[in-house]
Amino acid sequence: MDYLNAIVALANFVIVPGLAYGAQLAIGALGVTLIYAILRFSNFAHGDTMAFGTAITILFTFLFQSWGISLGPLPTALLALPFGIAITALLLLGTDKVVYQFYRTQKAKPVILVIVSMGVMFVMNGIVRFIIGVRDIRFADGERFIISARDFKEMTGLDEGLAIKTTQAITVVVAIIVVALLFWFLNKTRTGKSMRAFSDNEDLALLSGIDPNRVVMVTWMIVAALATTAGVLYGLDKSFKAFTYFQLLLPIFAAAIVGGIGSPVGAIAGGFVIAFSEVTITYAWKKVLTYTLPEEWAPDSLVQLLSTDYKFAVSFAILIIVLLFRPTGLFRGQSI
Amino acid sequence: MTDTTTVLRNTFLVLVVALLYILEGSTDFWIFSGSWNSTLTMLNFALISAIMALGVNLQWGFAGLFNVGVMGFVALGGLAAVLVAMPPTEGAMAAGGWQIMLGLLMGAATLVLTVLVRARMPEGWARAGATIAILVIGFFLFRSIFDPAVGRVEAINPASTGHIGGLNFGGENYRAWGWMTVIAWPVGGLLAAGAAWVIGKTALGLRSDYLAIATLGISEIIIAVMKNEDWLARGVKNVTGVPRPVPYEIDLQNDPSFVESAAGWGLDPVTASTIWVKIGYSLFFAAFLIVLLILAQLALKSPWGRMMRAIRDNETAARAMGKNVTARHLQIFILGSALCGIAGAMLVTLDGQLTPTSYQPLRFTFLIWVMVIVGGSGNNFGAVLGGFLIWWLWVMVEPLGLWVAEVTTAGLDPQNWFAIRMAEFGAHMRLLTMGVVMLLVLRFSPRGLMPEK
Repeated sequence: MDYLNAIVALANFVIVPGLAYGAQLAIGALGVTLIYAILRFSNFAHGDTMAFGTAITILFTFLFQSWGISLGPLPTALLALPFGIAITALLLLGTDKVVYQFYRTQKAKPVILVIVSMGVMFVMNGIVRFIIGVRDIRFADGERFIISARDFKEMTGLDEGLAIKTTQAITVVVAIIVVALLFWFLNKTRTGKSMRAFSDNEDLALLSGIDPNRVVMVTWMIVAALATTAGVLYGLDKSFKAFTYFQLLLPIFAAAIVGGIGSPVGAIAGGFVIAFSEVTITYAWKKVLTYTLPEEWAPDSLVQLLSTDYKFAVSFAILIIVLLFRPTGLFRGQSI
Repeated sequence: MTDTTTVLRNTFLVLVVALLYILEGSTDFWIFSGSWNSTLTMLNFALISAIMALGVNLQWGFAGLFNVGVMGFVALGGLAAVLVAMPPTEGAMAAGGWQIMLGLLMGAATLVLTVLVRARMPEGWARAGATIAILVIGFFLFRSIFDPAVGRVEAINPASTGHIGGLNFGGENYRAWGWMTVIAWPVGGLLAAGAAWVIGKTALGLRSDYLAIATLGISEIIIAVMKNEDWLARGVKNVTGVPRPVPYEIDLQNDPSFVESAAGWGLDPVTASTIWVKIGYSLFFAAFLIVLLILAQLALKSPWGRMMRAIRDNETAARAMGKNVTARHLQIFILGSALCGIAGAMLVTLDGQLTPTSYQPLRFTFLIWVMVIVGGSGNNFGAVLGGFLIWWLWVMVEPLGLWVAEVTTAGLDPQNWFAIRMAEFGAHMRLLTMGVVMLLVLRFSPRGLMPEK
């Protein structure tokens, strides 16, 4: 029995990747949940908005790299991120003007808006493919590891290594900054408060003189920032591929709904719930169990509950369980 | 609009779509290829797509159910084609097939037991504990029976079989039993219907956009299962050589009487055989489409159809009139999904192979939605027309994109950024065009080309 090695192995394969993935999902889910709270529909184009923001950021990254600008040990993409956000915000505001505004003034049923967002999803997907193609793109530069498995082993003398990628650390730090900024904005500023009022009771907010167009505009801008940040963080951590971002839609929706759709705190909690369930259920526990159990109980098989190809099934199963037993989600978001 | 103008307008639309297909075969001007072979290929896929559109129209147009999991049902239909029409793998059942079945039954029994226990026990910690205990024990029992059996089945000649195979009793000569694939079509419908029952039971009570997310998830899971469970249909190694109900080109070319009659038409045997085979498929598919269309039309006109539309338009009122909304929704969800399953089985028959990686949501779910919305949701003929029109567009957008690329980059340096992007653009223009068409129709003609009466 060797608990120290077990903990290190667990941290290396479950806790660190889970934290990073959870933070990415949380920021993505925050975008979905904000749109739901203010505009009152589930935005199927969110995955492709993330892809668009990331694609623009990648282009700026390449531009900066060609100019020889870099952030030293940090990825250049962080420098390009604000530009990506700005252009994504323009795209979303344009989409709202051309597409969504018409249905909003008509007071169309939410399901119509969902179908419309499917159309927007197609168009955005086409735009992304046009500007950057369908290839798998890696754009992380700078230091790859804060601490590599080998250094960790040498430092501690343990058998197990603990690797922390720069991108994982950045993901968590950026996520904390983004969430802190968002909550400060929603709770302390005038615009943020008017957004919450609009979300709680649209008619009452309008009566109090809140300008709905301004609320909607600010919402799209925040969504652009959240979607681009989530997309860039995910892309830095893994890689960028347009289709993968479409597939992220499912865990992101699951995170938003599990947390309670419309509730920002819920979106964050949901992101981590989904991420850790995915990682723990698809992780092969053999190593950790071999360290912790007495020798004669050590498992022969991998002790992997489900193969990694079924990670969607995990987020989906949690989604269904929550929908059936607690439809408002963990944090009592907006129901029906 | 009066009846006559509607009839005139609809006839006009049908003629326009027919013309689009005829142009592809008859002229090589502009984006058209001038090959009847290509027209027939397009027509066969359009016939299948029209059946899928009919299924989605049942769910969305009749009942307002938002199913974004069409791809999953189509894939299940495809699976049925393999499980029925392929020959059984020698020794697979003995090696582990029965044990796999036992494992699956075990898994199902666990779920049933959980539901029963939850229904019988009072709420509280005891019930929660019992639920978790049953699920965990059941899961490990299932894996301990299932996993070794799967290993043994997949070990049987993995390069060519390695799966349990199908029910085709033709043995070595299974290709001669091509009619079994036609039997597989309704079986595909049944398989999809079974899955739809399970999904409907759990997800139909949810609000519309939650149902959408739930069905989207289910379809991804179905594809994941088909990609990874090699014992079932070889996973990503694909099943090829699925028998077909029409003759093989090579047999036709070796048949002197066929070559003779082809010569009578002034065709060389190779072209004649490919066209003949494709026409054979078209006849099969068209027959199915017509039967299904008539059934859907009868359903729409029946009291049942009127009830469905009443529920769609005002659920509360229909409930107050004593209609069982949940049961009716479940019914139509199953029927619509069954149509998608039938179409999925036909698709595998046409391709002659099952390739799980080819199932993409944009192609098999969202494209079908574009067909229904453009054609006119709530109108069966509209859905079919939309199927034909949008499939034509889906195919023709590629040459159209290449043409646009050629025109816009004429005179530009081929190393220019824009020129490089445009050269790839032809292939990507599909999604953009579909999105734009869908948004335009939703905005300016939300009831589609053939609106519901």
